[in-house]
Amino acid sequence: MTATVPSSLPGRGNRDGAELFRRWFAELDEVAARGGPAAYVFVMGSLNEVLKTFDLPVVFPEINSLQTAVRRVAHEYLAVAEDHGYSPDICGYVKADVATQLRGGQHPMGRIPKPALSVLTNACNTYVKWAEIWERMHHTPMVTIDVPGTRQGGDRTARGDGDFEADRRYVETQVLELIALCEKLTGKRFDIDRFREVLTHANTMSRCWARLLELNRARPAVMNALTDGTIYLGVANGFRGSAEGARYFEDLVEEMEYKVAQGIGTSTEERYRLIFVGVPCYPIFRRFNELFTDWGGVFVNSTYLWFASGGANRGFQYDLANPIASLAEGLLVSVRDAMDSMFHQDLVVAEMYRDCQADGVIYHPIKSCRTVSTGLADGRRHLTERHGIPSLFIESDMMDRRVVSEAQMKNRIDAFFEGLGSRRRHGGAGVTN
Amino acid sequence: MAYAAGVDVGSTQTKAVIIDEDLRIVGRALLDTGANVVKAAEDAYLTALREHGIEEREVEFVVGTGYGRYRVTFGNTQVTEISCHGRGAVHMFPNTRTVVDMGGQDTKAIRVAADGQILDFCMNDKCAAGTGRFLGAAAAALGLPLADLGPMSLRSDKPVKISTTCTVFAESEVLAWIGKGKKIDDILRGVHVSIASRSVALLRRVGIEDEVTFTGGVSRNLGMVRAIEERLGKTLNYSEDSHFMGALGAALFAMDHVRAGRAPVREPEVAG
Repeated sequence: MTATVPSSLPGRGNRDGAELFRRWFAELDEVAARGGPAAYVFVMGSLNEVLKTFDLPVVFPEINSLQTAVRRVAHEYLAVAEDHGYSPDICGYVKADVATQLRGGQHPMGRIPKPALSVLTNACNTYVKWAEIWERMHHTPMVTIDVPGTRQGGDRTARGDGDFEADRRYVETQVLELIALCEKLTGKRFDIDRFREVLTHANTMSRCWARLLELNRARPAVMNALTDGTIYLGVANGFRGSAEGARYFEDLVEEMEYKVAQGIGTSTEERYRLIFVGVPCYPIFRRFNELFTDWGGVFVNSTYLWFASGGANRGFQYDLANPIASLAEGLLVSVRDAMDSMFHQDLVVAEMYRDCQADGVIYHPIKSCRTVSTGLADGRRHLTERHGIPSLFIESDMMDRRVVSEAQMKNRIDAFFEGLGSRRRHGGAGVTN
Repeated sequence: MAYAAGVDVGSTQTKAVIIDEDLRIVGRALLDTGANVVKAAEDAYLTALREHGIEEREVEFVVGTGYGRYRVTFGNTQVTEISCHGRGAVHMFPNTRTVVDMGGQDTKAIRVAADGQILDFCMNDKCAAGTGRFLGAAAAALGLPLADLGPMSLRSDKPVKISTTCTVFAESEVLAWIGKGKKIDDILRGVHVSIASRSVALLRRVGIEDEVTFTGGVSRNLGMVRAIEERLGKTLNYSEDSHFMGALGAALFAMDHVRAGRAPVREPEVAG
């Protein structure tokens, strides 16, 4: 990630991202080997900023689990959890993690250390039950940050409003409890200067994340929101608040600005610009994307890049003069946004569709995640009725290949593109499935 | 005279239709798909050609459709059966705005525009509940020919309620009703009503607009026609050729190419 000649820029983010990922898991492997402490956190409100200040290694069980699917061994992990008594209907991420714990941390990317602490928000209702499993298995203390959500679109409270300030103080109190627990756990005093340094890096990363989404409005799109975006998400979560993470995202913005200037698209043939709603189909991750790129379809943005970045898409900037209060505010607005984006979702998706000059929206509800999937059918109906936007609804899973039928998926996707093509040729009113 | 052909390779049966420039059906064939999909497509196509004494070289364009569309090795291009059933239904019944296509392994609800463009569609998910397979399971459990099921169901005066929607469990539920001494006609009526309720639920998801046309292999089953009509509270369009609607739609797309005199819009891609 040092000075690079422009011709080598395209693809650098993916290469460096993969390398950072390997290093992250190598470090976790080393922590596991020496029995060191690690904090278990989640993508929607990780509070990595506090944990980094205490030099606590972070484990994202959601990322570990999806990695088992991408590496095509998820079925082995799911089977271990189901043999242990977990129902096939329970979240696949939870089950793959339970299997990882039952296997002593064994994971395709290295050994995962046991949790010394878990930090979670109420952004996903499964988080709480999940952390309770670690509490039972390992007696892990859990810190649940209750972030007040508004569950409404468009009209939210903002800085200066009485309700907002009350909510912010409520979150701040909980952050202070987390800091106190970290001090007790690590035996270190909270270092406010180190904390400011971490927040500075997080600010850079958030600013860059928002910039990347903005840059991808270009034609052709410079990154695939589904495939490239997932790599960037991994770094955004795992390295949040680190110098490496900040440098990576500055480099990534440089790469994408170069691609925009040069007109270098992520796809050689961009015929249809698509928005993705939901969680990727990790059991056939590459193939799923190919089902769209075969038709010249490119994912230019996704709700996943919003909620799975913990709301970093807002580009929230911490105030270093009031670091703890500002962290609480950032957590409040970004997690609230990640949660609220699932409600009245047609509003944000329609806005994304317009901003990106997209041709269609792909809804991908997943069987084992109620939090993300429950409202998608309503969201899609509203998108059709209120905005007349073409959309496709295909259901599978983010982990469990038993409920992924590629042939059926392909049939629906092909029919959707036939409809988009027909709409383009005849100027039709709309195609949905 | 130029001809165009459509070959619909379904999970259970393969259909071929040849049309002339006036868009009249001049040849048709229906065969069981079996294990050799490529051969089934070829055989159906050649049988349809023979019906009208048409030479292969007289057919200027062939479109493959259905799950085996990429196995129509002699086809010029492929179009999904969703687009083909919509196109075929509007051609045969011009006022069609909603299509229910019930085949061997899936059921589709399709909303179409006046020109046959697909406006919306939805299908059963990975499981085969509410499809022709459900009837097959019932026929197997009762040891009856599939063709007898519809007429027998229409003789029922007290249909049983089939609670399962799972094709795997259908057989055991049917046997359980026999064990309770229920009449076969009443059990079969229950099976038809159960499938109809699933397909009408799909139709409601895309929005039901008049007229509704019933296509696919199960449309030949009068018991299913009546069960859906009762559930919908509407009369369905159907005909003896409804089974061939996918192949007909494919042939119509093929004739577009003949008339345009242009290269295929999309060449065959990876095998599906």
